[in-house]
Amino acid sequence: MSAIETQPAVQDAAPARPRWQVLLVRPETMTFVLLVLGIFAGGLLSPFFLDINYILKSFTLYAEFAIVALVLTMVIIGGEIDLSPAANMALSACIFAWLQQAGVPIPVAVLIGLASGLVMGTINGLMVIGLQLPSIIVTIGTLTLYRGLAQIIAGDKSIRVPEWFIGVDRIMVAGIPLPVVIFIALAIGLGVVLGGTIFGRQIYQIGTNEVAARHAGIRSARIKFGLFLLVGIVASIAGIMTASRLGSVRYDLGLGGELQMVLMAMLGGTYIFGGRGTILGTFLAAWLLVIVSTGMIVANVLPAVQLVVLGSLLIVSIIATNFIYSRTQR
Amino acid sequence: MTNAATTTADTPLISARGISKQFAAIEVLRDVDLDLGRGEIHALLGENGAGKSTFAKILAGVHRPSRGSLALNGTPVEVTSPIVAQKLGITLIHQEPISFPDLSVAENLVLGRTGGSPLGRVPWARITRDANQLMNLLGIRIDVTRPMRGLSIADQQMVEIARALASDSRLIIMDEPTAPLTPNEVETLFGIARRLRDEGRTIVFITHRLEEVRALCDRVTIFRDGSKIATEEIGKLSDADIIRLMIGRPLKEYMHKTRAAIGEVALKVEGLTLPGVFSDISFEVRKGEIVGLGGLVGAGRTDVARALFGVAPATSGTVTINGKAEVITEPSQAIALGLAFVPEDRAVAGIFRTLSVEENITAAVPGQIAPGGMIKRALERTLAQDSVRKLRIRLASLRQPIGELSGGNQQKAILARWLLTDPSVLILDEPTRGIDIGVKAEFYDMIGELAAAGRAILLISSELPELLALCDRVLVMSEGRLTANLSRAEATQESVMRAAVPQTRETIAA
Ligand SMILES: Nc1ncnc2c1ncn2[C@@H]1O[C@H](COP(=O)(O)OP(=O)(O)OP(=O)(O)O)[C@@H](O)[C@H]1O
Ligand SMILES: [Mg+2]
Repeated sequence: MSAIETQPAVQDAAPARPRWQVLLVRPETMTFVLLVLGIFAGGLLSPFFLDINYILKSFTLYAEFAIVALVLTMVIIGGEIDLSPAANMALSACIFAWLQQAGVPIPVAVLIGLASGLVMGTINGLMVIGLQLPSIIVTIGTLTLYRGLAQIIAGDKSIRVPEWFIGVDRIMVAGIPLPVVIFIALAIGLGVVLGGTIFGRQIYQIGTNEVAARHAGIRSARIKFGLFLLVGIVASIAGIMTASRLGSVRYDLGLGGELQMVLMAMLGGTYIFGGRGTILGTFLAAWLLVIVSTGMIVANVLPAVQLVVLGSLLIVSIIATNFIYSRTQR
Repeated sequence: MTNAATTTADTPLISARGISKQFAAIEVLRDVDLDLGRGEIHALLGENGAGKSTFAKILAGVHRPSRGSLALNGTPVEVTSPIVAQKLGITLIHQEPISFPDLSVAENLVLGRTGGSPLGRVPWARITRDANQLMNLLGIRIDVTRPMRGLSIADQQMVEIARALASDSRLIIMDEPTAPLTPNEVETLFGIARRLRDEGRTIVFITHRLEEVRALCDRVTIFRDGSKIATEEIGKLSDADIIRLMIGRPLKEYMHKTRAAIGEVALKVEGLTLPGVFSDISFEVRKGEIVGLGGLVGAGRTDVARALFGVAPATSGTVTINGKAEVITEPSQAIALGLAFVPEDRAVAGIFRTLSVEENITAAVPGQIAPGGMIKRALERTLAQDSVRKLRIRLASLRQPIGELSGGNQQKAILARWLLTDPSVLILDEPTRGIDIGVKAEFYDMIGELAAAGRAILLISSELPELLALCDRVLVMSEGRLTANLSRAEATQESVMRAAVPQTRETIAA
């Protein structure tokens, strides 16, 4: 036997990628850096910014979108998209408000509102999974449809909800507004599901290569359908929370919210074509968005300029992540 | 445009000096010097992960070397991108064909070379005509206006080759072009390669099949662990020499089946039909039996396997597994029944390119890594680590994306995935495609052991020697029908080929 015969086949000893690189290509890293910068810049603009209560209070304005964005992140990682949740929020809230105004007891009205969210999720799921239509088209369609139905139900006026039902955002749990608590709890829950369970892992696998996933015995249709249902129900919860925060419901509740949600997911490093992204990223991005938006309001930046800043932020973070990622590939 | 100063007849076309390549901190190529002459066919040999594809990609501008230099006709060149390579006349046929599945064959053929101005009209008539001409040259009968999607991998590979030929390059690098091809197509390809050589072009040919190197190549270069071990004229090396240089030790005897006790019927198929694809397929595979399924590419073998596994179910016929009739419409169902299927096209149906190697290996056994629903990393790591050791998968880390592994090592990881499911019926579709000689031997041993342990194995393979050496019985398909069911004694090169050739062609020949 010669000496070469014993050469190891498995290079266990080979050095792995340097740690800093692993960290840098993590999609959330850029979000985190931007968040720190945002807080810093905000602090310079206004002393309010260093007041945690002020930030928490500002967050309640975005909490409903942020909650839905967490679930939407999972849908996008799975290779689909849902643009209808903001319209879903409006329709569920309108159904709820209309019912309670018509004398239905509030708990029943809430339940029916939530059920309608589930139905909306089912409709999306049936068309995307059952009929194999592209989710972007389907949900642009249902976004219009749900918003239209909301307008038919509520007309052009706003429907008030009873006094006692108003103000989820003013309920405090250990000094933190309830919507923020829900957001944090849901982020932890979904973070564990996505990062630590088979269900979560299969979402990544489906988003990476659906054909291979099916071959490996992963029931992609079932999982994706489940995700559309989840978005549906969570959006209706968010819709009813919004109703409680605002005290009244109109058909234009949450108008344009789908873009905020997608923005949060993408700012958090979720790859729009699926397979990459984390709950942590979206979690951080939601805070980033709140800080930047409130910061600009505090600093009296014109609304139009605010949009420009948000858009640029998104583009910068996407370019930076992709650039770093591709550098490690060559 | 000639930089004539130093160009003489014996200046090599390409000379590489001290080429090294590092990915992250890992050096996968080390100080490679290589000269490629004009009008030669030069083979690159080496184990999986030895660095052949990486070297090819450096020549073709896909990767930049970390150190070292290239000269073309004696003039130093920087091949900074595939476009630069194209301009210099260097074309690479990738190991994993990359095409645009929604574009037509003809469009794929002329990609990036339609000529004319960006706003000018695309000369469709000419493109289609040229494409047809090219395909005729290659002896491929494909409608060039149909989309790439749905072509067999062999046909995709031929289109890829045709594209390289259309580009009129002086250096054509073929990275395992024959892996998905059948003997006839390989012959066609060889004919073309020889003609190109006689025109004075240079061809770099990467393969794991020594007989192809002997039949085609003038010189060979052998890589091991990222270093060049030797460059020699093929006549001066025996097969044993080559293997020793490649793997650093002599190869043990392989390709003999350890006879297993053959038991009851594990898989029974009767009258399986999918209109227009295959019809009336009936056979059985017993426990401990290895049944081969031979035939030409496009005979419908893969389609039968896909139907059995529920990927694209058949419309009629019955399937009986371990004595129970089953209707399988989903792969998950097939897996639950104890079936496993190693698909032919690993890029499309096998790997999750950007996900980690360990996640790829354990993808089909969620129950084993997450007994309570939560993934237990330690369990997963152990399972993956064992597979890596058993199949000698060469990698830097289990957390590495599988797309970073060499082609053969990706294939091994997919095999590992299915072995973990401990199937009672194992369907293998071209499982040794791209696997090096050393591992092939071990893989054959492993299949033998599985059979000995009472598993039923259906082996689809276009490599006749593999079928003949391993199988207890060989089925042959032609044009969607089963044309032969040969015992081990009856199965020979001739009997299999005779059954594989479509009837019509045979009668014409007769
Ligand atoms: N993008 C990459 N990132 C990290 N490592 C890589 C990358 N590409 C290749 N490698 C590593 O470089 C080594 C050589 O790979 P290469 O693809 O050149 O092997 P090969 O000789 O072509 O093998 P095969 O016969 O299996 O195709 C392998 O260990 C592989 O894991
Ligand atoms: Mg290779």
